[in-house]
Amino acid sequence: MKDISCTVLVVGAGPGGYVAAIRAGQLGLDTVIVEAKKPGGTCLNVGCIPSKALIHAADEFLKVREMAEGRRTPGIRLESPSFDLGACRDWKDGIVNRLTNGVAGLLKKARVKTVEGWATFRDGKTVEVTTATGPQVIRAEHVIIATGSEPVTLPSLPFGGRVISSTEALALTTPPERLVVVGAGYIGLELGTAFRKLGSDVTVVEATDRILPLYDADLTRPVANRLSDLGIAVHLGAKARGMAGGEALLVETADGSETRFPADAVLVTVGRRPLTEGWGREELALDMDGRFIAIDEHCRTSMRGVYAVGDVTGEPMLAHRAMAQGEMVAEIIAGEKRAWDKVSVPAVCFTDPEIVTAGLSPDQARGAGFEIKTGQFPFQANGRAMTTESEEGFVRIVARADNHLVLGLQAVGVGVSELSSSFSLALEMGCRLEDVAATIHAHPTLSEAIPEAALRTLGHALHI
Amino acid sequence: MAEHVIKLPDVGEGVAEAEVVEWNVKVGDIVQEDAVLASVMTDKAAVEIPSPVAGTVSWLGAEVGETLAVGSPLVKIETAGDAPVPSDEGLPAEPDAPAPAPSKPEPASAPKPKRSPASGAQPQTGMPRREGEKPTASPAVRKRAREAGIDLRQVRGSGPAGRITHEDLEAFIEAGPLASAGTALRADTSVNDVKVVGLRRKIAEKMALSKSRIAHITYVDEVDVTALEDLRAQLNRQKQESQPKLTLLPFLMRAMVKAIAEQPAMNAHYDDEAGVIHQHGGVHIGIAAQTPNGLVVPVVKHAEARDIWNCGSEMNRLAEVAKAGTASRDDLSGSTITITSLGAMGGLVTTPVINHPEVAIVGVNKIQVRPVWDGSQFVPRKMMNLSSSFDHRVIDGWDAAVFVQRIKSLLEAPAMIFI
Repeated sequence: MKDISCTVLVVGAGPGGYVAAIRAGQLGLDTVIVEAKKPGGTCLNVGCIPSKALIHAADEFLKVREMAEGRRTPGIRLESPSFDLGACRDWKDGIVNRLTNGVAGLLKKARVKTVEGWATFRDGKTVEVTTATGPQVIRAEHVIIATGSEPVTLPSLPFGGRVISSTEALALTTPPERLVVVGAGYIGLELGTAFRKLGSDVTVVEATDRILPLYDADLTRPVANRLSDLGIAVHLGAKARGMAGGEALLVETADGSETRFPADAVLVTVGRRPLTEGWGREELALDMDGRFIAIDEHCRTSMRGVYAVGDVTGEPMLAHRAMAQGEMVAEIIAGEKRAWDKVSVPAVCFTDPEIVTAGLSPDQARGAGFEIKTGQFPFQANGRAMTTESEEGFVRIVARADNHLVLGLQAVGVGVSELSSSFSLALEMGCRLEDVAATIHAHPTLSEAIPEAALRTLGHALHI
Repeated sequence: MAEHVIKLPDVGEGVAEAEVVEWNVKVGDIVQEDAVLASVMTDKAAVEIPSPVAGTVSWLGAEVGETLAVGSPLVKIETAGDAPVPSDEGLPAEPDAPAPAPSKPEPASAPKPKRSPASGAQPQTGMPRREGEKPTASPAVRKRAREAGIDLRQVRGSGPAGRITHEDLEAFIEAGPLASAGTALRADTSVNDVKVVGLRRKIAEKMALSKSRIAHITYVDEVDVTALEDLRAQLNRQKQESQPKLTLLPFLMRAMVKAIAEQPAMNAHYDDEAGVIHQHGGVHIGIAAQTPNGLVVPVVKHAEARDIWNCGSEMNRLAEVAKAGTASRDDLSGSTITITSLGAMGGLVTTPVINHPEVAIVGVNKIQVRPVWDGSQFVPRKMMNLSSSFDHRVIDGWDAAVFVQRIKSLLEAPAMIFI
């Protein structure tokens, strides 16, 4: 095949890569993107989107089941609802297809050439792509590495058989009767909760002493309560030792004893690791930052003309961070002056209830040397929360004590993921408590808890 | 109700007009009889205009800085009926004029210094951030700064919690590269407008007149005042209670009187329009003096008729009234020659400006101990420079030099002053 020469080459078409390519194309740069699978990366294909579809379906099914049992919204009566995971999966795959096709369309519209296949670097300017029709060499002036991440495997629990990753879990056609989740991070809890709601018997095994170790206890308490209400057994301080006879998970529990957890499926969600191997990194002289590719505030690697974006560059491994990086890098290559100067990268756990964080938590703020003021407003005092039968949770705000600059906003509660937009905006705009407090938030919405939290921090909340 | 019109009175001999330099009242103020209404400035002295009646100020005849002719209306005051004697709280408060204490009228519209920033926006407002603190700015501001090549850490924020606004960024850009020297140093592009009125305007006019009409020549020589200082110290030690403490100036005045006797051309007014030099018999020595309001020149009249002690006491009196601002018009006019001295601030050399229409001015510089070669060795001597300017139109350089040399010889051998 004839070699391709281009200005910008993007390796990996996940959120970081495809956004970089679209923006580069928009800016008139001759751009090629290489992807072995479908565009959209982990996020669209086997991550954010399909998991949210499954969670939604599970929530809906639980709702109607509870209605049928007379445990929910008074006045609604239902007869024996049923659930077909296979049909649900088809619906979910339809959404994924629409989105990935959408990305392909956007790339095309931006005049980006897509090459399907596995790229391997020969040097900092050249990759060889193994395509269905043979090897394709691509040379570029600028290269953007956006290879993403993959689930971490436990040596004692190699994937295969009943041991599955989130990718396989999302592809199941029937809920496993007994599901054991190894790792109580957000992916494990999101999927474990969903399968519980779909009828699985779910056990969570976590090696540390708490669920969602990256979030503080105030935020995770409602989630822990809900797990318990749903009947999910959570074993903290418990280490997965491997499969016993292929049908049960052998676990060393907190008291040191060994317990067998019979399982039809063992979902291992112990984190994700950057994909830094298998694409010829050894041919490049890239400085590393631990397991990640080291980058500067312009997403430049240690090699001239080689950039990296997304999960391969570090925490937080979140799609929106990758997208912002990708957009920025394309503009930098086009000659614009850009640098990473974001105040916050918000994060959402689609657990039940949801957790959203932006900026610094009280402990993080104190750790950073700030004198702080903080306050929270419970959804129990919010009208909208009452009418949606979801009063658990709160909004919390953290601000500097001296000038009231907002340093962080967090919330836990049903549907709070949508509050993340005003959290991020407040931080990015440099709001003070007074700004947040003085902004009219529509009634009746959950968002009213945001100015109330600010008012409470200032000492004069109105509705509590 | 009757309206009383107060006209600008005749504030001094031969004064036809005066400038209003300060209003002590404003329209609506209640004034008592004899309360000061305004200060006006003639070409020499400031005069306070008292109110002849009690009542309410209803009209002011001029803005601060305006010049009025003698006899033109200055203030209108409405008096109640037959002008009753107002008691402190006897007057009904005017509805829209809260009565100020009549005995202490509010200082009225003094020329308001107006701050007019060069660009309409104050650059570099807001508090400086602490070292190492991250600047707060919206994404749009950050992007603009990046594109303009500006490090936001250098920009101060005037917004809430020190947030950098678009305006802050614009002001920073306008202030130019100087402003980027750091958070502590910044360019100040503001302009402070100060209205030139009163004494300052008089000084400005006089200086401009002197410099534009007179061809100055300045002659500097040094004077060994060691003997004079010894004599002065001795006289001060032995002086009687009633006698003033002598400074160097009375000696200089007496030396000038002696020198002028030989060169009367130095003690003159040159009327360049009429083409006449008026050589005066009386030596009226103006002493340029710094006061809180600016430069004034009180005059020691008839120095030729005063001895050292008398010169000293008259000088002290004039210095006091000049500093207090109570010098009369007469105290401040009529000089025929002038001395200027900045005392300890006298420096090495000055180029004095002649007090028009005079023809000479003697400037005194600071006394310093300097090494002087006495023919075989260096000896410490108290040395003082005299920087004197002359109107070169009517005084030749030679004559100027002779005049200064004469003064110098008198001061170096002070006994000669008394012969």
